Formats: sequence, C-alpha cells, structure tokens
Amino acid sequence: MNLAAWQRIRFIAYKEMLHILRDPQTLFFTLFLPLVEMFMLGFAINTNVRDIPTVVVDFCRTQESRRLIEQFENSGDFKVVERKSSEQAAYDCIVSGRAQVGIVIPEDYSRKVEAGQTSPFAVLVDGTVSSIAAESLNVGNALALRASLEQLLQSRALPVEARPRVLFNPDTRSAYFFLPGLMVVMCQMMATILSANAIVREKESGTLEQFFMTPVRRFEVILGKMIPYVVQTTIEFGLILLLMTTVFQVPIRGHVFLLFVLLLPFTLTMLAFGLLISTKADTKDAAGQMAMGTIIPSIFLSGYVFPLDSMPDIFKTVAYFIPTTWLIDASRGIILRGTDWGTLWKHATVLWLMAIVVTVIAAVRMRKQVS
Amino acid sequence: MNIDPKTVISMRDCSIQFGKFRAVNRVGFDVVAGEVFGLLGPNGSGKTTLIRALCGLLDFCEGEASVFGLNVKNQSELIREQVGYMSQKFSLYADLTVQENMDFYCGIYGLNRSQALKRQAELMELTGLGPYRYRAAGKLSGGWKQRLAMICSLMHRPRLVFLDEPTAGVDPVARRELWDLLFQLASEGITLFVTTHYMDEAERCGRVGYLYLSELLALGTPKELKSLPSITPADSQRWEIRGGIAAEVLAELRKRSGVQEATIFGQAVHALIKKDVSLDDLKARGLTLSIAQPNLEDVFVTLARQQAIKVGAK
Repeated sequence: MNLAAWQRIRFIAYKEMLHILRDPQTLFFTLFLPLVEMFMLGFAINTNVRDIPTVVVDFCRTQESRRLIEQFENSGDFKVVERKSSEQAAYDCIVSGRAQVGIVIPEDYSRKVEAGQTSPFAVLVDGTVSSIAAESLNVGNALALRASLEQLLQSRALPVEARPRVLFNPDTRSAYFFLPGLMVVMCQMMATILSANAIVREKESGTLEQFFMTPVRRFEVILGKMIPYVVQTTIEFGLILLLMTTVFQVPIRGHVFLLFVLLLPFTLTMLAFGLLISTKADTKDAAGQMAMGTIIPSIFLSGYVFPLDSMPDIFKTVAYFIPTTWLIDASRGIILRGTDWGTLWKHATVLWLMAIVVTVIAAVRMRKQVS
Repeated sequence: MNIDPKTVISMRDCSIQFGKFRAVNRVGFDVVAGEVFGLLGPNGSGKTTLIRALCGLLDFCEGEASVFGLNVKNQSELIREQVGYMSQKFSLYADLTVQENMDFYCGIYGLNRSQALKRQAELMELTGLGPYRYRAAGKLSGGWKQRLAMICSLMHRPRLVFLDEPTAGVDPVARRELWDLLFQLASEGITLFVTTHYMDEAERCGRVGYLYLSELLALGTPKELKSLPSITPADSQRWEIRGGIAAEVLAELRKRSGVQEATIFGQAVHALIKKDVSLDDLKARGLTLSIAQPNLEDVFVTLARQQAIKVGAK
C-alpha cells in the first residue's frame, strides 16, 4: 500500500471518530446497555435451584415420615410452604402455582420400612420449569436411596461416598458462567450494529455519493471505518472486564493479554459482518434488523446461555462456524480456568481465518457503485 | 482510443443498463478543455447516471468512454484524482464543521498539510466562506452549503468538474453568485460539465446537450440548437400573439388543428402553427401576430414532443 492510501485510511478513521464523538446518544447507549445487562445477569439471575416451594401431604404422621420431610428441607433445595390432608389438595396447590413440588407419604410408610418391604412415597413435580423438575427428581431419588441404605446398613458406615469438589467456581455462582460470555456478546452487538450503521448512515444522508467520487478504494474505506470501532470495542471490553473483577468479584486466572489478542480478530470479523450488512441494507432500520438477525443465533448457539454439549450434533456443527462460540470458550477458559496458549492457538487460528474471510467478502461485496 | 489532447471527455455509443431498463442509450459526444458544457433533460432522463458512469461508479454496457484519455472502464481511480464532483443534494457531513469537511477531503485527495492550508485559504477567499469555518456544515444555509460543497470538490485542483444540478433549490441571488464563481473557474481553464433544469443557465453554457428518455436528442451551442431545422419545420411557423387575454387565446389555439405547440410568455402566446392554417380570424379580432424565434425552452419542448411521437409510433 502506498503513502496516499495510508493517508486516506487515516483521514477516514479520524472522520469516523468525529462522528462517534458527535453522537453522544449512541455513545451513551453503547456503553450503558452492557452495564445494565451485566447487573441483570450478574446479580438478578441465578440458575441454581434453591428453596423450591413444596407442599406436603403426610398420611403417616410418624417419626420416620417427619424425618423424610426434614431431609428434603435440609437439602436446601426444598422449602415446605403448605401442608395438606389429601393428594388432590396437593395437586391443586401445584396447579395454582403456590407450590412446585408435592411430597405424598402414604399411611403405611413406616410400617413397610420397619417390615423391610419396599416403601414407596410419591413426589409430584411441576414439569413446566425443566431445571426445577430435573433437580427435584435427582434429589428425590437421592434421598430415597440414602434412606434405603441407612435402613439396610443400620448404624454401619456407608461403604462408598462421593466427595464432589466444584473446580474454578466453588460456590457455583451464575456470574462466573455468564459474565465471560456476556463480554463477548456485548462486543459482538456493539461492533455489528455500529459498523452496519457506519455505511448506511452515509447512504441515507447522501454523503457516500460524494465520498465515492474521490479516488478512495474500497479496502481503504473498510479499514478506515473499522479502526475507530476496534478501539471503541476494545475499550468497552476492558471496562466490562474491570467491572467483572471488581464489582462481581470474578477473578481472572489466566493472562488478560491473551484475551485481548483473541478479541482483535473477533472484533474485525464482527465489524466486517456489519459492513457486509450495510452493503445490503438501505436504511438504518433495515440494518438494525439484519444485525439482530445475526446476533440472535450467535447468542443461542454459541454456548453463551445454553451449554454446547447439550445440543444436537447438527447445531453443534453450526456453532463451530460462529465466531462467538470460539471467543466465549476462550474467554471462559482464560478467566475461569487459566487456559493458556497451548490450547488457545486453535481459537486464534480460527478467529483470524474468519476475520480475513469476512473482511474480504465485505470488501468485494461493497461495490463502489451507489445506485 | 486515439483522441485529440484537447478532448477532456470522449464518448462513443455509450449505453448503461439497469436490469431491463436502459438508462442511457447509445450516447456519444466530446467535451473539450475549458468549455462549459451543459447537459439538460427532464428528471430521470439519465443525466446523473451518465456522470456516475464517467467517474467509473457505474459500468457502460457498451460503447467506449474516456476522460483525459484514461479509459473509464479500468482507470477510473486515476480519473477521479483529476475530477471534481458536486452533487445536487448536499452530500457533506452535517455533523462536521466546515473546517473538518475541508480537511477530510484534502486528506482523501492526497494533499499534504501545507498544500491543504494554501488551497483552503484560496478557496475560502474565493467563496467568502471564512466566517463560517467552525460552524457545523448542517447548520449552514442553502447557498453556503453549496459553496462548501464546491470548495470540497475543488480541493485537489481538478481539471474537470461535474456539477449535477448545482443550483437546484438555490435562490436567484445565490444562483447568480454561484455562476460567477463557475465562470471564474472556467477562465482558469477548468472544464465544467453542468446539468441543470434552468433555461437561463443553459443559455450560459458554451454547448448544450439534451437528454430525453435515455437518448441524446440534440447537441450544439444554444444558437445552433435554436436554428435546428426540426425545431421550426418548413411547413410550420412560430408566432408570437399579443393582445386579448393570453390564457383565453391559448385555450382557443390549443383546440385548433394544425397548432402543434402553444404556451404563454408573459402577456403573449407563443405557438408553433402549420403554415396552411389560416390565422386571419385572429388578426380580425385585433390581435397582433409577429414571427417569433424559438428560445431554448421551445427547442427542448419540441424535441421532446417529436421524440415522444417517434417512440410512441414504435
């Protein structure tokens, strides 16, 4: 590239930066929105199941039956909110939403236990919230198993016991899971929407027509427009990172530097995506909708909200073609597990490849023609 | 292409196609250095499209075109380095100041800092935009916006400037001032390619081309165009009819067969009438009839009507 080209890129970048600074409203929202989202995901949302409202119907009313109910409560997952005298009443309680789980202990529960017979008790589970249903089933089974073992072993010690240790997130806090992904998704949204608007804005105001009548080349336009947005996105990423470690107390185990190294190709890919959109869209509204069209699949398929491993194979394959998947994986790796370059070179290679491919497509698609 | 060094634009049988629509059909003409060339035609006749194609933003689907001897097809970036363009709509950055807009275009056109300062001072002096230097471009009034647009298109000392309806929506005083500026540029040897809807502006041009329904119908000096044989056919005569109420005379004339065109100019009616139509009854009513010369508007109206008949006949 010659000197004139560099000069043009520099001037385009500078002009683009002036546009950003002259539009404080957009600037405010791009910085403010991630904050709101961070606080929502960091504080409000907790995917851990706790204190499920539970209704109890105890026909047995013995020491054994009361012990069983106690064990349910002691697990921390359940909280007895009502006691009823018929199974129907417990069922109604679940229908009305006052309780999500019902425990029904039959009259002959203690007798059968003492007689060494199988002694069933019923657990009614509201299946509408799948995470709660799954947890209730697990805990219900575990308690029954434990009760059975204790009965069999009498006072002898348990022969086998699992001692689980949760690594990297000992308190299983949701913030640990969400925030490293949130940073990535926020940067994606910002980069895509801002750069989609960058060309469409010029189309709408007619400035593109004048601009393209100059000797400017399309690669210069693309690079010049990208530079200020790369800076803006990186600053935003840094701010979220700072908040994450200070306000939300999520420690960073790996090297932050690695994270920024991987952020660059990711941002370039997203910016090029935005520019690609802007070559298709004629108005800001159309560009915004198209941008959302690319953002939503990457939110749901990238492992940001739903773990990749629980997806059908076909979606897993799709996920590997989404840049967000790679950076979220790297981000969680670096921040939570301290993953290093030995694993991350793969992510870097994939992200750079994606960046180059999308940028080239955007440049080719950006026909200089203004019609 | 072998062309005279004085030729700035050269086009031969050039066409532009948008899908099924032919926006420009086999147009060919030359523009020579230092001339003020006017391109006229109704909205949608292909004027802006033609300019875009000459700057290499659109492709000609057939024909050959060159600017400064450079092929439009593959040397458009070199062409754009020497060409200025001013669009009909204000197309500078409204949120940037006058100074920032100027700096941007200086940078894009490859001027260094000292060249830029010198050129900006020159053009500010020429246009008197100095006091508005630090105002946002979007806050300037129409005439000043046009001047800023002109400055930005002249930063790189282009030898050819395309002005696409530069005076659309500009008040008469500002319009006059803008044309004074244009002639000053022309006197410096800059070639001007102007599109316009105004007849008085067409009269100011050295040569005028008339584009209608994608075709170039006529080309020449305003004087040549007025004396084209097809404008006043041998079997017809142009009359100026005075006296009476012009609107009534016009309505009456339009009902007669043999009256091809009739329109009002002030107190008088101008009409193109077949020679075999008797006008004695008009004279008898005390109206004065005199033979009239066609003006440029007559020329374009007649050409458009004849072309519409021809296209309709196909």
